[in-house]
Amino acid sequence: MPIQYYIILSLALFCIGIVGVLVRRNVIIVFMCIELMLNAVNLLLVAFSKMHHGVAYLSDKLTTTGTDAQLFVFFIMVVAAAEVSVGLAIIVMMYRNTHSVDVNFLNRLKN
Amino acid sequence: MSAIQIIFWFLSALAIVSALMVLISKNPVHSVLWLIMVFFAISGHYILLNAQFLAIVNLIVYAGAIMVLFLFVIMLMNLNTESEPQKNLWMKLAGAVSGGCLLMILVSLVRQATEIGNKVAEMKVGNIGLIGNLGKLLFSDYLVPFEISSVLFLSAMVGAVVIGKKN
Repeated sequence: MPIQYYIILSLALFCIGIVGVLVRRNVIIVFMCIELMLNAVNLLLVAFSKMHHGVAYLSDKLTTTGTDAQLFVFFIMVVAAAEVSVGLAIIVMMYRNTHSVDVNFLNRLKN
Repeated sequence: MSAIQIIFWFLSALAIVSALMVLISKNPVHSVLWLIMVFFAISGHYILLNAQFLAIVNLIVYAGAIMVLFLFVIMLMNLNTESEPQKNLWMKLAGAVSGGCLLMILVSLVRQATEIGNKVAEMKVGNIGLIGNLGKLLFSDYLVPFEISSVLFLSAMVGAVVIGKKN
């Protein structure tokens, strides 16, 4: 498929994630929208890796161009898993203190 | 239209509609389920791009582990009562308009870019997405980041326990 289709699909998913962060007040939904943005970037990285691999494949049949991008995606998933565990612990702590998941309660931090 | 194109458009439509439903759903549990649908669609895209290792890792890590963690937290908080406070309509409209403007600008940029005009993401050639190739690279060139990520996991685990502990 043309790379433009993948770019536009990833952009659509990324912008849906941005709108979700801006629009929703439930902090769990905001967190899920951040995960959505991470996945959009992952999809774009994989598409670009296959694009570069396709160019390099024409000259060398045994090339491994593009494996770096797929390992980057793997490491993004690793970091996202760690981020989710800490973030959900923070959300649980916040819920225990305020009995709410409204992000507007977080502006108490400034006092 | 070939079979690959039909699958591509189906998965793209599934991903975008499910992502929109994540936003629209009032019930957080429904949002989690729609997000799992997005992850399945993205895994389908990975399989289509012959990145089989990432497809299965995406399913196991995201749809299997992270989303279950979200569901646990939602059930722990008993949020499935639909009592979420809503932002007022103008704030919602402003958020949607700003996100739409960003999407429009970026899409017009992509359509104008001549460098990628005729580039193609190859679907059939190459086997770089198989676990053999990725594993060789992961345990040779990327060995240090791999080990550091295990330390990261350990610190995240300890941090989550410390934060989640009472008092």
